[in-house]
Formats: sequence, structure tokens, C-alpha cells
Amino acid sequence: MSQQKMPKQKPEERVKNFFEVALGFSKEQALLEAKRCLQCKKPFCVEGCPVQINIPAFIKLIAEGKFEEAIKKIKEKNNLPAVCGRVCPQETQCEAVCILNKKKMAINIGSLERFAADHETTTRKITGSNKATKSDKVAVVGSGPAGLTAAADLAKLEYNVTMFESLHLPGGVLMYGIPEFRLPKKIVLQEVEYIKSLGVDFRPNVLIGKTYTIDELFKQGFKAIFVAVGAGLPQFMRIPGENANRVYSANEFLTRMNLMKAYKFPEYATPINIGEKIAVVGAGNVAFDCARVAMRLGKDVTLVYRRSEQEMPARAEEIENAREEGLKFKLLTQPTEILVDDKGFVNGMKCLQMQLGEPDASGRRRPIPIKNSEFILDVDTVIVAIGQNPNPLLYKSTPKLKVNEEGTIWVDENLMTSIPGVFAGGDIITGADTVISAMGAGKKAAAAIDNYLKKVK
Amino acid sequence: MHSIRSKKILAPGINEIEIDAFEIAQKAKAGQFVIVIADEKGERIPLTLAGWNPKNGTIKLIFQEVGHSTKTLAQLKLGDNIHAILGPLGKPTEIKNVGTVVCIGGGVGIAEVYPVSRAFKNEGNEVIGIIGSRSKDLIFLEKEMKDTCDQLYVTTDDGSYGQKGLVTEVLNKLFQAHKHIDVVYAIGPVPMMAAVAEYTRPLKIKTIVNLNPIMVDATGMCGACRVTVGGKTYFGCVDGPEFDGHLVDFKELRSRLNLFKEQEECLNKRCPSKNLKNG
Repeated sequence: MSQQKMPKQKPEERVKNFFEVALGFSKEQALLEAKRCLQCKKPFCVEGCPVQINIPAFIKLIAEGKFEEAIKKIKEKNNLPAVCGRVCPQETQCEAVCILNKKKMAINIGSLERFAADHETTTRKITGSNKATKSDKVAVVGSGPAGLTAAADLAKLEYNVTMFESLHLPGGVLMYGIPEFRLPKKIVLQEVEYIKSLGVDFRPNVLIGKTYTIDELFKQGFKAIFVAVGAGLPQFMRIPGENANRVYSANEFLTRMNLMKAYKFPEYATPINIGEKIAVVGAGNVAFDCARVAMRLGKDVTLVYRRSEQEMPARAEEIENAREEGLKFKLLTQPTEILVDDKGFVNGMKCLQMQLGEPDASGRRRPIPIKNSEFILDVDTVIVAIGQNPNPLLYKSTPKLKVNEEGTIWVDENLMTSIPGVFAGGDIITGADTVISAMGAGKKAAAAIDNYLKKVK
Repeated sequence: MHSIRSKKILAPGINEIEIDAFEIAQKAKAGQFVIVIADEKGERIPLTLAGWNPKNGTIKLIFQEVGHSTKTLAQLKLGDNIHAILGPLGKPTEIKNVGTVVCIGGGVGIAEVYPVSRAFKNEGNEVIGIIGSRSKDLIFLEKEMKDTCDQLYVTTDDGSYGQKGLVTEVLNKLFQAHKHIDVVYAIGPVPMMAAVAEYTRPLKIKTIVNLNPIMVDATGMCGACRVTVGGKTYFGCVDGPEFDGHLVDFKELRSRLNLFKEQEECLNKRCPSKNLKNG
């Protein structure tokens, strides 16, 4: 039996809209795909999953047509299945270790997870049950994947959970970062509704570190605090001209487009000002998200990366999607200066041609400039997508919090910080990473907080 | 819920609103700002806090109707809710007893310099206030400033009230009269702050300016508010909003503030944007 592939919108059509690219399995496809699963006695896929979903069990339930039981099985471990089914890099996790992957025939686990989650949302209103019977109050700071996961698990453990978010909408990077066509915001809000239905109190527009400090949260009666504020600090190239108009950080460009819906301007009041020829610098998932958003605005977009395609950190699938949509690549190219016109706007980008040398600390071949290879790329807009650092705002207002050299928050093996009762997880302790690894941290933190609160009683 | 408790028009196009914002009112300090989203489809705009009352749990915002968002905000009625408010944001003004402080507010900056003047006065400083605007009808909070400051000077560009001319001319008069000044604090239009900094630079008087770059999240996440200070890039939202006026690249700030001019005009006319397609 052959692998089932999710149908997609045609490239020439999808590049003109913000609707979802991948359309999801039909019921027939899901049944066929689920029946291919060998139901291994020692399933490697479960070990490959950062939140240890019982993958064979939920696939078996799909194969038997028990879709509602399948999603229940997933939700035992994963509070955000509709999100994970869309944005997890399954090809390097569960699917990579699937026994069938030896023949390049791995089960499409992600697509099945998405199918089960979507089947639930389209057939009934999802509600959990509010079981917050314990009097212990726990604060979760940040409502991205780590925060949402921890909040849900803590609520299931019957704690009284309040989740604080600085933006006006929940979801963190799921809302501001990942574009609509990869992860519809409606899906994120549905998942958040489920978590709220478990009894989690959601408090938007509260910036911990400013509106309240960590000390003040303790004074308000919170017994434990989970800090999941993410890696929100954008990196810039530190080259001349970078503060010119029409140079955006990936965060700013994506926040304007995704969270603030600038693509629906002027119905939505947040504007974006980009030219016709856009350079996106970087080659991670965020860079590809920026490029594909810009293409949907009808722009001529070039991805500029200092290494070669082999070293690109983005998911293979996203690179392929972007190529189909008409993204141009300028590889082995390092920007050295953004040229600025007399009105302060971008007017070309000076670059150097690179070649690959010996592998560096990351194991990837190091890019080395080629002498006298300088050239000017004809662009009028530059989006800098070369990575994000942990957001320092919270720990800057919390002097007692121990911070590592690279700007991440120090934690012990139980994710507890240098302040007893304060835990941290996700990108704020690892630096920028995937949605699912942040969710893994959220799960671990919830268990650790449960242990801690049982002990201090 | 951020409901509007009181509403006043201080001058043509300049509105004062008092809003329920209990948490922010407890924490607010002079020099800080909030992010306001007027309605569900609104943008996030930074507004400097003009006042706060911890007891009543309210904050006061004074703003000029310059663009779509401030116009939307001005149209809200008593009892209406503001969609979202985040704050207090930014570093507060460092208020110490330094001796003599000149507090300068230009345009709508008059509203913003008032709490700063009061804080400096309460700390025991001699406070000289200078407020300036285009013309007489755009001068407000004069009585409040007069009651706060040891001396108050008013300037108008057209000479319809107070002294004709720019705020820097008052600074010059003070200097000519050998008035000793320890710190100058300026908030208002970029050209005004730049002119004040240029004036005090050769005199080596410490000059603090409160900048108003474009922001989105205002939590250090997007970098829209990048400002160059002393050759280094800072984020206005978290590193500021106050900086050493002698080190700020005002030319860059002015240029960056114009980034969305065209879009703003489009929004005011509700014209369909030529560049953008809907999804």
C-alpha cells in the first residue's frame, strides 16, 4: 500500500491567498494511511515524540474508524494536536524513526494527528472539564506553546491556573509568528478555548516584569510560577544601513502580518510598507515564513543565505513549498551593507559571494568570503530573519533570577530557576527552538511544579 | 475592562481621557507609557501617561488626533471600552534631586512633561517649565504647570500668546541671564527635541529627551522602535523611551517616523490599498 499524501492548494493559486496550503486528509485517506501502520510492539515513534504520544494506539483507533477516541488518546499527552499536526517537524522526529522509513515509506503521523484533531473540531464543540479543585494557585507567564501546555497539564492536575500574556491575543509565536497559511489562527484559538475550558484563567495585556513583578505574583498568593516567555528578541546583522526604512526584523514583519493582520489593511488598521523587490536574509523556518508571506503580497522575493541549500535549517517541506510558489534563492551570499537613499529608504543591498570551507562547531561547513566578489542586490526591502534570542525583559526586572551567558534563564534538572517556586521552560531556557520542544518543556515543568507543590505542603 | 470615565477636549484636536486601568494606575511612574488598541481591528499605538490615580484605579491619556488610531480613540464616548491597554511600559524617568531642572513640553508633549515636572518638583528640585505650541489655542495645562513649576514660560510660533518663537529662545534667555541649569528634559516633536539638544550641547548641560518611535508589541520583540543613540542601536520601548539628547540620531528618528505616512493617508481616506491583496 502506498503512502497517502495530503492534498495541497496549487502553488499558482495559493501564492495569491492566505488560506491554508495543506488541505488535510479525507476520511478515506486517513483510513488507508492508518491501516499501513505495523503496530510495532516496541514503537520507536513514541520515543521520537517530545511529548510521548501513544502513536500506534491513536493510529489503530483511526484505522477502526473510532476518530473521537483517537483524539482522546492523543490529548492524554498532547494539548495542542491541531497545532502539532501542522507545524511539528515529524520528518526528524516520530516519522524519522518509523520502521517503515527505512524504505522511505514512513507513516504520515503528522497528517493523521491533524486529521483526528480537525475531525473533532468540525464535528462538535470541544470542551474539557474544569476540575480546579486544589486551592493552590499557579501562574504561567506567556501563552505560547510551552505556557499553553503547562497550563493545560496543571489544570488537569486540578490546580488553579492563571496564564498571563503581554499581547492582546493568546498563543505567543503561534499567533504572531507562524503565518495563517501554515497554521490558521482559528485553529490556535480553538485549541486555546479547549485549554480555557479546563479551567485556566487567561489574562491578556499583562506584562510580567512591568505590570507585575515575580515577587508581586507570590504576594498575590501564587505558589509556583512557570516562566515561558520565549525567544522574542530579534537578532540583526549589525551592518551599516540596518535602521533604514523598509528594513524589518522577521518578528516585526510577521507580527504586523499575522497578529495584526496587516494583509487585510485597511480593514485592519495596522499598516505595512514594503516595496516590490524583497530580500529575506536567513534560511530557517521563520525566514521561509517571511518569504512566503511577502510572495502572497505579490512581491518579487529573494532568499539570501550565506551557506548552501544543504545547510538550510528550515524544514524540507517548507523549502519545497516556497520554491513551488516562486521564491528565488541567492545562496552563498552574505549581506555587508544596506544602501539607503536620501529619504532614508532601502536602495539595494551590498553582498559578498561566499564559498564553503571546513565544518564549524555546528557541524555545517563554514562560509568564507570570496575576495573581490562584492556585488549589489537590487532590492528595496530587507527582512532580517537570522534568529531570535531569549527575551530579557522578565529577568531584567527580576535581579534574583540567575541567567546564563547566552541570555537564557538558568534552570536545574527539574526546570526550577534560582528562585524557589519559579520554573522556566521553552525557548527562554534553550534559545529559539521548535513548537514541540517547547511543549515538551511545558509538560516537564507541569510535572515538576506538581512535585514541588506536593513537597512544600 | 477599560471604560472611559471622563473625557475633555483640551484644545482643538487634543483630547484628554481618563480610563479604568487599575493595575497600571498602581504601578505607573513619570516618563512611562502604555500601548493602546482602540478597537478590535485597531493597531497598537504607544501613548505617554499624562496622569494616574492609584486610588480610583484610573489613568489619564492626552493625545492629539493625528492619525487613524488617535481619531478612533477620540470618537469613543463616555462609558465606552477601549479594546486593550498594556503597561506601564518603558523605563521611568530617573527622578533625583539634582538642583535646577528645565522641563520642556512642545505640542501634545505639554501633557507629557507635566507629570515629569511634578515628580522633579516633589523631589525638591527647582523646576523651570517651558511649554510651547503653534498658537494660543493649542496651549493647555498652563495652570497646572504654573502651580507645579517655580517659573513657567509659554511660547507660541505665531506669537498669539506668551513669547513669540521657539522654546530654545527661552533657554537662550535663561542662559544670557546666567541662570544655572543642571538638567534639561524635553518631550515633544522631533525637531523641537533636536533643537533643544543642539542648544545645550555646547553648554554641556545634561539633556534628556523622551522619544516616540513607532512601536508594535512594545515589549522588545519586534524592533520597530529602533533608535540610534551614540552610534548604537537601542529599542525605544524597553531601553527607553528616554535617552541622552546629545547622542540621539534625530534625523534617523524623523525618517523612521515617516515610514507609514502613505498608508496613514490611505487609512484616513479609507481608500483600497493598491499594494495589498486580501486573503
